[in-house]
Amino acid sequence: MDETLRELGAHIAEAMPDAIDEIVVAYGELTVVVPAAEVVKVLTFLRDDPSCRFVSFVDVCGVDWPKREKRFDVVYHLLSPTLNARIRVKAETDETTPVPSATGVFAGALWFEREAYDMYGILFSGHPELRRLLTDYGFDGYPLRKDFPTTGFVEVRYDDERKRVVYEPVKLAQEFRNFDFLSPWEGPDYVLPGDEKASAPKAG
Amino acid sequence: MNAAVSTASATTTDPNVRNFQINFGPQHPAAHGVLRLVLELDGEIVERVDPHIGLLHRGTEKLIETKTFTQAMPYFDRLDYVAPMNQEHAYCLAIERLLGVEVPKRGQLIRVLYSEIGRILSHMLNVTTQAMDVGALTPPLWGFEEREKLMVFYERASGSRMHAAYFRPGGVHQDLPRQLVQDILDWIEPFLKVCDDLEGLLTDNRIFKQRNVDIGIVSLEDAFAWGFSGVMVRGSGAAWDLRKAQPYECYDELEFDIPIGKNCDNYDRYCIRMEEMRQSAYIMRQCCERLLKEAGPVSAVDNKIVAPKRGEMKRSMEALIHHFKLYTEGFHVPAGEVYAAVEAPKGEFGVYLVSDGTNKPYRCKIRAPGFAHLQSMDFMCRGYMLADVSAILGSLDIVFGEVDR
Repeated sequence: MDETLRELGAHIAEAMPDAIDEIVVAYGELTVVVPAAEVVKVLTFLRDDPSCRFVSFVDVCGVDWPKREKRFDVVYHLLSPTLNARIRVKAETDETTPVPSATGVFAGALWFEREAYDMYGILFSGHPELRRLLTDYGFDGYPLRKDFPTTGFVEVRYDDERKRVVYEPVKLAQEFRNFDFLSPWEGPDYVLPGDEKASAPKAG
Repeated sequence: MNAAVSTASATTTDPNVRNFQINFGPQHPAAHGVLRLVLELDGEIVERVDPHIGLLHRGTEKLIETKTFTQAMPYFDRLDYVAPMNQEHAYCLAIERLLGVEVPKRGQLIRVLYSEIGRILSHMLNVTTQAMDVGALTPPLWGFEEREKLMVFYERASGSRMHAAYFRPGGVHQDLPRQLVQDILDWIEPFLKVCDDLEGLLTDNRIFKQRNVDIGIVSLEDAFAWGFSGVMVRGSGAAWDLRKAQPYECYDELEFDIPIGKNCDNYDRYCIRMEEMRQSAYIMRQCCERLLKEAGPVSAVDNKIVAPKRGEMKRSMEALIHHFKLYTEGFHVPAGEVYAAVEAPKGEFGVYLVSDGTNKPYRCKIRAPGFAHLQSMDFMCRGYMLADVSAILGSLDIVFGEVDR
């Protein structure tokens, strides 16, 4: 299985040497890393090339890596029913650089790109209607970004006096608890509570 | 139709003809949950459909990122809540692929058995409620009786009728009692009779055919480009089923057929769902027969991933430590990314799991089949009549738990 994927990867790299950054085969899956500007070209090739035929569109999603210079990965998944194979196409982008929209190649990218925009704020150029999809009307912020708190910023309730739904800042009765269960023996990169006393200068 | 006329604008030259914009849902019974469709109508012809979704958005993907791999599992029951275990399955497969864990044969058989129960649960709901959308009342009453029995099987295995949390990374939570397997086996024969009865109500029913034949036609090329999967591509003539094409668990050892349609319309998809229920029953029979004969463990024995049983914990210090570690820290999954997909009743349900080597998923994208199907509403309904909208929607098999996530 890995061997066929490697051959397929080599074939793709050969056809578009300047549009492919890297080809990885891991966990029995083929990943093609491309520059964001080349996404449409690569997807069109994968769909139309007679030895690829990745005609079935599966998924587009974002992944956030806030520490990176280009923080977002845009990940496309395609399926070839002829080859019975899957492929993953990955491109990097940041908050301001738009990625060319795949809607021209696969009609089904429509909502998946809207969702990526809604959740991460990834921009797609040439998308027919890039507006929010899953979040509330008038929602602010990009909830799946790693710097967005899980509890959010606003909460909503029905106000009986004003006879309408009102938005208010989130009030937590108890602070959001995010337990850190990582084993202290396996080298966490922070100081354990109490350990700072060991290196502190002795009093008196 | 319980739809509110919101705005009307004069577009044509004839002063008596106007285009209507209509809100369909979110409280409409035929909207299958909380779907709001903004329809633009020219007379009774649909000109544009704009589905507004997200009314059931619970931020599942965000929540999963803050939980350990074990804690995140029950969220999958709450996606497509009419076939809960099929979703858990995709998630467990993704973790197992990253960990390199093998599920023992008995565990695989139980998973297949319950996945097929899930398929019947889902198809039974869809077929009968779609019939209700187009005017029939009896099918849901008959079909839900069978669903009820299946939910009892869910309960007897996992303790819960719907939110089972039964599939665990490495296998399943507990072994099935022998009597339960026997009862499932005994359920199959009468169920096939119920399928015949349902078909007797619907298949040649004149009204049902008038509402569904030649409605919602999608060519295979379009179906693939729109990201369709499952019954939606099989209805368009592709013999594509992940259980056959990319077999997972022990599907390659089981015998079953894949029904496909040739007219690409609602009615073909209904026929496929009926036949798939029968095929699922055959698969279940094969699983039950093997489960009655073959004994063995139901989950991997690696105690670094699968928690030890309670009895063991009372006697073995090591088991106690493992249990404590698994239910506080959880297990660590090696860094990497996988996309694991299963043939869920509604189509290809995929989980794209990115791990950074810690005890929590770094990113877990849930690829729901209903999401891809629903986005094509505009494409599928254009040019049809208003009444066809609910027939097409019913045939897409939408459940909002998985669309909105």
